[in-house]
Amino acid sequence: MNIIVCVKQVPDAKDVRLDPVTNTLARDGVQSIMNPYDRHALEEAVRLKEKFGGTVTVISMGPPQAAETLRDAVACGADEAVLVSDRAFAGADTWATTYTLSQAIKAIGGADLILCGKQAIDGDTAQVGPGLAERLDLPYVAYVRKINDCTDGSFTVERMMDDGYDLLQVPVPSLFTVVKEINEPRVPSLKGKMKAKKLEVKILTAADIDADPAQLGLKGSTTQVVKVFSPQLRGERAILAGSVEEQVDQLFQKLANLL
Amino acid sequence: MTEEQQMIVDVARQIADELIVPKRAELDETEEYPTEILKAIAQADLYGLYIPEAYGGLGGGCFDVVLALEQFGRGCTGVATAFAASALGAYPILISGSEELKRKYMPAIASGEKMSAFALTEANAGSDASGIQTTAVLDGDEWVLNGTKQWITNAGEAQIYTVIAITDRAKGPRGATMFVVEEGDPGFTYGVKEKKLGIRCSSTRELIFKDCRIPKDRVIGRPGTGFITVMKTLDLSRPGIAILGVGLGQAALDEAVIYAKQRVQFGKPIISFQAVQHMLADMAIQVEAARALVYAAAKHIDAHKQEMSKVSSMCKVFATDMAMKVTVDAVQVLAGYGYMRDYPVEKMMRDAKILQIYEGTNQIQRNVIGQELNKEYTRS
Repeated sequence: MNIIVCVKQVPDAKDVRLDPVTNTLARDGVQSIMNPYDRHALEEAVRLKEKFGGTVTVISMGPPQAAETLRDAVACGADEAVLVSDRAFAGADTWATTYTLSQAIKAIGGADLILCGKQAIDGDTAQVGPGLAERLDLPYVAYVRKINDCTDGSFTVERMMDDGYDLLQVPVPSLFTVVKEINEPRVPSLKGKMKAKKLEVKILTAADIDADPAQLGLKGSTTQVVKVFSPQLRGERAILAGSVEEQVDQLFQKLANLL
Repeated sequence: MTEEQQMIVDVARQIADELIVPKRAELDETEEYPTEILKAIAQADLYGLYIPEAYGGLGGGCFDVVLALEQFGRGCTGVATAFAASALGAYPILISGSEELKRKYMPAIASGEKMSAFALTEANAGSDASGIQTTAVLDGDEWVLNGTKQWITNAGEAQIYTVIAITDRAKGPRGATMFVVEEGDPGFTYGVKEKKLGIRCSSTRELIFKDCRIPKDRVIGRPGTGFITVMKTLDLSRPGIAILGVGLGQAALDEAVIYAKQRVQFGKPIISFQAVQHMLADMAIQVEAARALVYAAAKHIDAHKQEMSKVSSMCKVFATDMAMKVTVDAVQVLAGYGYMRDYPVEKMMRDAKILQIYEGTNQIQRNVIGQELNKEYTRS
């Protein structure tokens, strides 16, 4: 089974700062990591490979330094790495991103299964996985918490819902986005790290993926960011302490003061 | 450090921080064997560190093992012991075993698919190995083992055991021989799991041999070479125990400094008091000195492969005595909180004690050092 895993390099959530002038994420000097949900997608792909054979290819759209995240993925069990990188891709929203990624995936010949994290922790849209499936005309399941089986040309998967889960049968090829409950990602292996060090990351530019320039980057994006700002904090917060009776008394006192 | 050695440190550190540290208190409490963590270590290729590439390992040396064990030791001495015991069990085969034995057993040990364990100690044979009672008698194409091994780390969890037994009592120390015994061999069973002061997640049990029959070719080296193999094995493995002391001492120092910066008494963090500062400074000096000695010893062993007894014993004594002292001091810095199981330092103090005892007590190590000195000064 050949699997493609889409990964995104994101700023480490432990170290998030906003640029005080532009109100956008300050990326300078901030540690970059693989989007945590993508790490679960990668782990699932590697486990499927170990079970069914085949290859795992990781793909990322991003600036040249995103190659580091791809190396990290190889250290954790991926076989091949493809970086989709071109200045023309800059400023892409999810619409342009899914177009670019879909062209790149077509260029490398597709796969039996495409796995994505359910969302990225920087943009938090959860749109790229499903959007990519639409672009590639593939069936997809979002929020997959378990891949039970793959037999006779179809997958059986569990989709996590608020009140339980759906059991779904989906044909091969498909695209799934996964939740963190699906597995516990492994730490990189020594042999994986050595392989990652030597690995040549394949770079695909706009010219390599037969892309329509009008659909790329900021130009191809339907979202235009007008303004980014931090909302003003409204109201005051207070934490009541003491026994339940004391807290209830305090609460009534506060409510009484408002009336 | 080479680039590869830095990778070993990075991988082992990640395993320690993400998998071992969050689980260690629970493992200590439940005394549960850390199967999942050991699986992750295997998946990260670290079981094969010291095993030659021809047998599926990474071909590293003593220093490579030391680097990984330092991180695991910082996480939990119990988990680290369970990991290290497999190397101790494999060394006799690597040092003295036939090509066939190496090909048969090493690949599975290197991948972590199987674990090994080393069986020397008996009820009446601890520091004095000549008290061994377990016997092996050749009967046709099979060796027949009888006797009981005591306090065997990884017993019941490992699948491959390297066991020393007396094959010719009349020959004294030259009458002992090492064998490979496999889990499931007829006549081989385990005793009850011991209840220990520390390293409680590691498994410590008896190995019981009652007319245990194993094929003739399971002998490690020639009959009669058992003690030599044991001594060479321990020379190679002691830096591993020493570095567990360094990792543990570092962990205790880290906890003590972090606590001393936060704990306010008399209106100031207690790290601002000289009495505490000096304790922390002494702890840091000793950890650093022990680390330097263990690294030097491991590099000496990798470079020379001979004359390693003295340096190997020296680093074991120094680093494990250090770990005992530093962990006791860490409990003192945390004082009442340190004595409570809510903080990790009391476990560290309990864990430290075994390092001064197993793989040769620190008194026996001093004997070795003294005897080596005697030899050296006689020669010159």
